[in-house]
Amino acid sequence: MEEKVDSGKKNFFKIFYEEISKSSFTIIILAIFTGLILGGIIACATTKEIYDAFGESFSTGIIESLKFIWKTYSSLFRGSFGNPKEMVDSLFSGDSALIRKAFKPFLESLVVTTPYLITGVAIALGFQAGVLNMGGEGQLFMGSIMAGWAGWTFKGLPPIIHVPLALLIGVLAGALWGFIPGWLKAKTGSHEVITTIMMNYISFSLSQYLITGPFQDPNESFKTRFIEESAHLFRFFEDPLRLHIGFIIAIAVAVIAWYVLYKTTWGFEFRNVGLNPDASKYAGINASLVTILAMTFSGAIAGLSGAVEMLGVNFRAVQSLTTGYGWDAIAIALLAKNHPLVVIITAMLFGFMRQGSRIMQINTGIPIDIISILQAFILFFIAAPAIIRTIYRLKNPKETEPEVEISVSGEKL
Amino acid sequence: MENSTKINKKIFRRAEKEQRRQRIMGIIFLAIAAFIWFVLARTTVPGSETLFVMTPGGSSVISPNFKFNTLLVINIFAVLSLGCGIYQYFKGFGKYTNLVLVLVGIMLTISFLAWGARNASINVGGMLRIMLMRSIPIVLGALSGILSERAGVVNIAIEGMMITGALVGAVVGSLYGLWAGAIAATLAGGLISIIHGILSIKYKVDQIISGTIINIFTIGFTSYIVTKILQEREWQYLNESGIFMPTGIPLLSKIPYIGPIFFNHNPYVYAMYILVFVLTIALFFTKWGLHLRAVGEHPKAADTLGINVFRIRYVAVVLGGLLAGFAGSYFSLGSAGYFNQDMTAGRGFIGLAAMIFGNWTPVGALGAGFLFGFAEALAQNLKLLGIPIPSDIMLMVPYILTIVVLAGVVGRSRGPAAAGTPYDKESL
Repeated sequence: MEEKVDSGKKNFFKIFYEEISKSSFTIIILAIFTGLILGGIIACATTKEIYDAFGESFSTGIIESLKFIWKTYSSLFRGSFGNPKEMVDSLFSGDSALIRKAFKPFLESLVVTTPYLITGVAIALGFQAGVLNMGGEGQLFMGSIMAGWAGWTFKGLPPIIHVPLALLIGVLAGALWGFIPGWLKAKTGSHEVITTIMMNYISFSLSQYLITGPFQDPNESFKTRFIEESAHLFRFFEDPLRLHIGFIIAIAVAVIAWYVLYKTTWGFEFRNVGLNPDASKYAGINASLVTILAMTFSGAIAGLSGAVEMLGVNFRAVQSLTTGYGWDAIAIALLAKNHPLVVIITAMLFGFMRQGSRIMQINTGIPIDIISILQAFILFFIAAPAIIRTIYRLKNPKETEPEVEISVSGEKL
Repeated sequence: MENSTKINKKIFRRAEKEQRRQRIMGIIFLAIAAFIWFVLARTTVPGSETLFVMTPGGSSVISPNFKFNTLLVINIFAVLSLGCGIYQYFKGFGKYTNLVLVLVGIMLTISFLAWGARNASINVGGMLRIMLMRSIPIVLGALSGILSERAGVVNIAIEGMMITGALVGAVVGSLYGLWAGAIAATLAGGLISIIHGILSIKYKVDQIISGTIINIFTIGFTSYIVTKILQEREWQYLNESGIFMPTGIPLLSKIPYIGPIFFNHNPYVYAMYILVFVLTIALFFTKWGLHLRAVGEHPKAADTLGINVFRIRYVAVVLGGLLAGFAGSYFSLGSAGYFNQDMTAGRGFIGLAAMIFGNWTPVGALGAGFLFGFAEALAQNLKLLGIPIPSDIMLMVPYILTIVVLAGVVGRSRGPAAAGTPYDKESL
């Protein structure tokens, strides 16, 4: 196991470099750039001060808008990474309290990134095998609540047993939620997009029932009990900093997924079924088994994500409709072109933006939801690179391969 | 020679499957009969009576109530279901199977309600009225899905178009009146569907991905507008649209039983009836509908016959978007009177489920919408009846049923063959 992880890390930079050197990288950068511009325009268009400035004169309006956009994005940056100057100063001062304060935004961003990263890998794995898992949300819900159940039910266990046990139960719950649509697709041909979405709503209702019923805290309604201390994930720092071992688990999951997909026969079969199910049938690959396995693994990883979130951050389940991780994970996987190692980067992009947006909202009054708008814009341009090529007058690539390589061609929904 | 044995084998396998399905259906009927008999009848004390109130609250037209002996009715339904089950298992109802399934389902529901309200009363009229109101966005969403999928474009962005419609409806409705709000919401849905059309038809982006992008954008954007503008006190007047008042249809609304339940509503209900009717005619009895379905089944063949595949798909997607926007405006203008972010709560996706449930036909979608709406109405009433089933579990039923139907265990649901595939003129 150790070796696998090591060899994965060695290759990481090589693969990243290959991704960069591909021409489509330009498209991704331009897509992000254009998305940021459009997001800035929306932010300006909904801010009263900008209209006042335009009322004075056109040039002041433009200048004020640029200033405002700069302020928005710089506070987004500072919220997610921290203030670079403060960070350097605190390091020189050697005061541990100051260091913690300066690095808090960055470390918090890593905490926020964790569920995005794990769920993103889950969805990417499914996409690679040609299954469109829209059920990340439900699998995450089930993983979270069942890990919580294991967290408060078992008492007196040492952490070394309790934590893996709770994680495992979360993983199994997610795996079950992925297995059902996978099995149905393989056996009856019912399309996984609809079945996974239905499974999402089943899990929402189920967790709603559990949170207000059997799992409810006797002292507080609409919330479950707290998990035992022994089920808490290990935290690296003292209390206000929440960075926990889940982030390392997330990186490990991405690396293992990459290794399995690209370095083993199994992974080869997975990707083959994803690229061309008919051809792989002739190559002797059991496509329906791969479909079932891919959905199950995808669900299991999404379940792990929920479990990590429960044991590392939340410690209890609270009644809520959705977290949005399931949909965002689809965006993350697409942005990474379903490559597990690139998912690390795209998940960090999402996680850091999400964390930074809180500071941005305080400083500029632009709601957090601007992040979703930015994500949609970026995805829009990445999915339809022809639009970016037209805007920036880029040449067409020699082969007209689609940039986003997943399709449900020929299947019925 | 070899080909014909292959075909024979195929036919044989299909017949085998058909028979298995028949048997499974029979077993389901028998299970329902057993449930009615062993669970409901056994726990009912002889001589208890149930009162079904048939007049919805606030209705001026009084419908006579039903009062009956609980055990008698439950026993009759148990025996009837048993008979249906035995006949289905050995001989099969053939093409009437689904109809019989509906009848057995209704018998189960009535038995369940009668059992729940033994020695008590339940307002069945009111429940049916709630069912109808809950079904509106689901049915309209399903119609939107049918239009675009019949032309071969999968649209999972109905949810996003709905939430946009709900927001635009609330804002424009507050400024210029309800009708303007409804029209603006419809147009907003159409506008967004143009993006879906351009992405998935022109740029051949995977339709699921295009839909996902639109969902992320619309959910983020509406939430942004609410937090940034509508929640501010100075802009609050933009989110006070009010709702359409129910207006009875002359004559029809005066019919006992049917009138107060089906014909005394706000305009959305009537629009739903009309749209179901118009779409059925348009899709199955006009040349345009034939072309549209041909494009969804086999675009290449349609193209060869001189049908403009791209134009038909654009028209279908945009019409579907207009419908989804209109459906969204129901939440703000037909139900709540204002906009909030969680108001659609996945109704767009349930609409897709209703579309599948209704086998991609408008009338089927209406039936499925009623079923899903009834599940919601029942979930509301369970607590009142004191039935020990949590309402959250009841709310799961539509989703489970959709999965079951999609899996083909009960009945068979098959979508347009080319749905999900971008059309490429040059490809073979």
